[in-house]
Formats: sequence, C-alpha cells, structure tokens
Amino acid sequence: MAEPVLSVRDLVVEIPTRHGLLKPVDGVSYDIAPGEILGVVGESGAGKSMTGNAVIGLLDRPARIGAGEIYLNGTRIDNLSLHALRKYRGKQIGMVFQDPLTSLNPLLPIGDQLTETIQEHLGVSNAEAHKRAVAALDEVGIPAAKERIGSYPHEFSGGMRQRVVIALALCAEPSLVIADEPTTALDVSVQAQIIALLKRLCRERGMAVMLVTHDMGVIAETADRVAVMYAGKLAELGPVRDVIGSPRHPYTDGLMGSTPLASKGKDRLHQIPGNMPRLGQLPTGCAFHPRCPYTQPACKEDPGPRLKTCDGRAACWFPLDAPQAAKGVI
Amino acid sequence: MAVIVSVKNLTRVFDVSKPWLNRVLERLPKRTLTAVSDVSFDIEENTVYALVGESGSGKSTIGKMIVGLLPPSDGTVEIEGVNLATETNVEVIDRVRSDIQMIFQDPYASLNPRWKVGDIIEEPAVANGDETEGLAEKLLEQVGLSISDVRKFPHEFSGGQRQRICVARALASEPNLIVCDEPTSALDVSVQAQVLNLMSDLKDQFGLTYLFISHDLTVIQHMADRIGVLYLGRLVEEAAPGDLFETPQHPYTQMLLEAAPRMDGFGREVEPPEGEIPDPINPPTGCAFHPRCPLAIERCAKERPQLERKGNTRVACFRAGEEAL
Repeated sequence: MAEPVLSVRDLVVEIPTRHGLLKPVDGVSYDIAPGEILGVVGESGAGKSMTGNAVIGLLDRPARIGAGEIYLNGTRIDNLSLHALRKYRGKQIGMVFQDPLTSLNPLLPIGDQLTETIQEHLGVSNAEAHKRAVAALDEVGIPAAKERIGSYPHEFSGGMRQRVVIALALCAEPSLVIADEPTTALDVSVQAQIIALLKRLCRERGMAVMLVTHDMGVIAETADRVAVMYAGKLAELGPVRDVIGSPRHPYTDGLMGSTPLASKGKDRLHQIPGNMPRLGQLPTGCAFHPRCPYTQPACKEDPGPRLKTCDGRAACWFPLDAPQAAKGVI
Repeated sequence: MAVIVSVKNLTRVFDVSKPWLNRVLERLPKRTLTAVSDVSFDIEENTVYALVGESGSGKSTIGKMIVGLLPPSDGTVEIEGVNLATETNVEVIDRVRSDIQMIFQDPYASLNPRWKVGDIIEEPAVANGDETEGLAEKLLEQVGLSISDVRKFPHEFSGGQRQRICVARALASEPNLIVCDEPTSALDVSVQAQVLNLMSDLKDQFGLTYLFISHDLTVIQHMADRIGVLYLGRLVEEAAPGDLFETPQHPYTQMLLEAAPRMDGFGREVEPPEGEIPDPINPPTGCAFHPRCPLAIERCAKERPQLERKGNTRVACFRAGEEAL
C-alpha cells in the first residue's frame, strides 16, 4: 500500500467540564490511502464529526486534542500553531459540511469566495484565479459556470449549493477531503448526484476522502473501507463489504439489523436495547456491554477491548464469527 | 374494508406574491405556488398509507389538509364520511376531530418545554372534556416509558423518548387516524427501529390507521400497506409496496428507486438522475416530470396524464411500462 495520506494514531479529544474530563473521541487510530474513501458511521454522539474536526483543527474550545498524533502526508499536524495550520486548512485538507447554506457567505457572490480561496492558497493572479474558479465550477457540474460565477448562494438550489461547496473545498487541490454528512440535507435524487460527483473526483485526482455519515446505504455504495464508531471509540474497522456483509462487532450487527431493508420483508426491526450511554457515565470495560446480547463477565473489566488488542477488525473480546453474523442481514 | 379517509381532487395553492404596494409600484403580477394539485386517494381502515416524495412534492401539505390545519383550495377531504370543511353539525365535527391526531417530525419542537410530560399527554383528552385520571401514566407505559416520567419536563428525555411522548399524546384522545409527518427523520437508526416497532404494535393493539409521510424509501417499504408517490404536488403512482418496489411503473418512481442508496450496493455505479425538481411556481406544462423523463414524447409536454388503473397499481403516465425510444 502507498504511504497513507492521513494517519491518525490513538487520537483522544477531551472536553474539561465541572464534572470531570469527557472524552468524545477516545483512542481512535486509522489511515486513509490516496484515492481511498473511508466511511465513518455511528449514531449521534458517537464522536464521528469530532474526529473530522480534530483532523482539520476545527475543534471548538474547550474541546482539545488530549493525546495522539495526526500525520498528513508524513507531516505531524496536530501540534501546529494556528498560524501554521492555516497553510494546511483549505490547501491540503478540504472540508465539506452538512448544510451548504451556512457554509457559504450569503453576502458574497460565489465567484468571489472561490477566487479568494484560490489566491490565498495558490498565490496566482486575479485573472488566473477567475479562470480556475470557472473551471472548478465546471468540474462539479454547474451548468453555465461562466454566467453563474457572479451569483449569490441564495440563487442556487440545495444540490447546486452543495456542488459549490465541493468546488470550494477542492479548488486548492487538497490531498484529503473531509466530507461531514455532505448529503444529509439533500433529496435522494440529488444525493445520488453528489455521491457520484465525490466518487468521480476522488478517482480522477487520487484524493483521500473521509466520509462522515449516519446513512449505511451511502457508505455501502461509496466507501472502500468503513469505520464504525460507538461512544467515542472505533467498534469496527474494515473493508466495507466485510463489515456490512458480515459484521463482527455486536454493535455493528445490531445497527445493520435495525436498518429497514428491502430483503427483510415486514418482520419487526431488530432493536438494540437501551440508549447510547452519556459521555460522563460510560460503563467500565467495553462501552457497549450493557446493551450487548453476548456480554460475558470479561467485557466488564477494564481496560475495554480495542482494535489493537483484539483481532484488528472488531474491538470486541468475543467477535461474532461468520455463522453467527449470518443471522443478521443480507 | 371500510374507507376511513377519502381525498378527492385535493388542491392547495399558496399566494407567494410580493406585498400589495410592491406589486402596484413595480407592476408585478400575482404569483401563486401550487403545492398540491388534483390529488385523489382513499385510505382503508387499519392500514398504513404512505406518501413519499422529495422536498417540495407537497406531502406535508396534504397531511396538514387532512388533519384540518390548512384549508384546501379545491377538492374535498372526507374522514369517516364527513367533510370537516363544510360540515355544520358541531357534535359531528367534535367527534371526527377527536378521531384524528398528528405526530410531527421534530420531537424537540413539538413538545412545550414549560409543560410537564403528564400535562402534555393529557391535553387532547382535556380538550375533549374526557376523564384524565391515570391516563398519562397508562399511555406512558404503553409507549415504553415509566410512570414516574409524568412529572418530568421534555428536556429530560432523549430524542427517541420524546417521540414516544408525542406518540402517547397522539393516543390520548383515542383516535382512529394518526397522521405521521416524518416521525423518525430526526432519529438515529437504532432509535428509529424502536419507534417504528412501537408504532406497528400500537396499530395492531388499537386498530389504528396511519397516514405515514416520509422521504425515506426503506422506512416506507417497511411500514406501508399502500404507497402514493408524489412529484411536484401530483400523485404519479400508487401501489402496494411489493408492486412498487418490484415493478415500478412511473419513470419518476423508477428513477427514485434507482437513486436510493442500497445496503448491498457495494461499489455500485449509479447513473445519477439528471436535473432537479422544477420550480413549483412555474411548473412544466403537461406532465410535470417530462423535462427529466427518459421516455418523454411530445404528448407529455402538452397534456397532463391522469391516474389510471393498471392491475393493482394506479399510475399517471402515458408511457407507463414502455421502454425508452
């Protein structure tokens, strides 16, 4: 495998509060290779967006990186000063947020926003920046890019706006793009367009993409590998076909079972009992053990299972084997 | 089976013109937006009728007109044979109204943060003048929460629990029909599974009828007994889930199903659909879908296709079931 574009090692994000230190991300490690799409799934509060924000250095205070290392193309970036980080943000890491209306400045034409970014990062002339902006809009499939470059964000539909945001994220030709729920606010048919666009650009440019979403279907169709997060930790990490087809972590299995699926007919949906624990009240050992149907005494003991200490794919002392997992879906 | 809701030629037009003085000074014409256009369907008792469509397809507007939150511009809604818009007998109106309840999308916005959960749940029964002693406790147990929760406030609950409170409130007046507008869109999959299971159980237990509004095809397929597909305020296809998902007839339904991501679609390369939903203020002539339709012929641009029965399906397309030219 080629040298990974992004390499995250034992990342811990912590938030100091009056009631002690909370860890919304706790010991997460993964790599993304050039041209690879890594899907990050999990439910709200699992820490998936926090992981993305930590990589690009957008953690809101008081959240901070407590431990771990982040390498981008071999350079360590988690300990850079804000000033030094500016060279990476936008230039080497592009970011696409969920809501395209709030990630564009409503008072500036989209052309100005694009040329500003291009000039900041590439240091080219006005005319050249304008030319590149038109090319970038063209590439993401905005019809009549030359005429529309002077339009304001409100003049575009949701799907077109998200295309502009993608053009903005890609105009400095970053090697890594973090897409945080890029299609959640969009309709199914527009979602299909945006996903196809991301896949094409990723393939053509050899970009690494970190795709954060809660939609298993989007992950199945888009990602090469998938990381399943639960309560700030990686529950399972592996090729998308294996993880979705035959999950080995009981949480992944439960998540698959609770997704309504065509092939399952009208049976009741599988329910994972209980709720995701609050960060301040994480159980000892494996965070999933109070809800897990296969819990054994060892699951309650600290330290809990980690990918490293288990088989590398599922952070579980007793991963499901193939026949057990076959009870699930697909 | 008895028909509980009968919707005929339902139309809703919104006035989206500029204010009066601007219109006079700037010589602008009046502008209208047709959110729902000539929609007819029946819902049978103790079934789940689902409306599916993308944003702007008018599915929520139809839901609001059925519960009476919006008056229709044209057409009628009959619930248990009564048209609430024209009925004058107060007793009949009260009886039918208490048979309808609604569950909204956002459980954070649809519960009053200053009210205790018990009061929230009892409110529909209080409004009817019914006995409320022990009602909230009984309903909380039925939706899987604990009796002691009556004294708590909504902020003490998670999103899934709040949606359960909304379901409990909807049940308080012992309705027959519950209109659910995207009831699980704000919830995580595992929580969504809990709420959907609860809704199925309650349906069997109380003999409820649901009008289920959603944009999520997998949820619709799981819940519905009959599905209506909406495009730009028009009903383009209506079928049972088996028929709709196996052999979709309308090109829009086919496009929608093709575009929806699949859990088993590893590395699937979808030819993404062309274009977007047109502006509802200036909808295309004829069939609203014809500018994006691979099967469109001249006639589609001139004439609006009516819903026609084809086997067990109703479809509004001149070329339904045909291959591309």
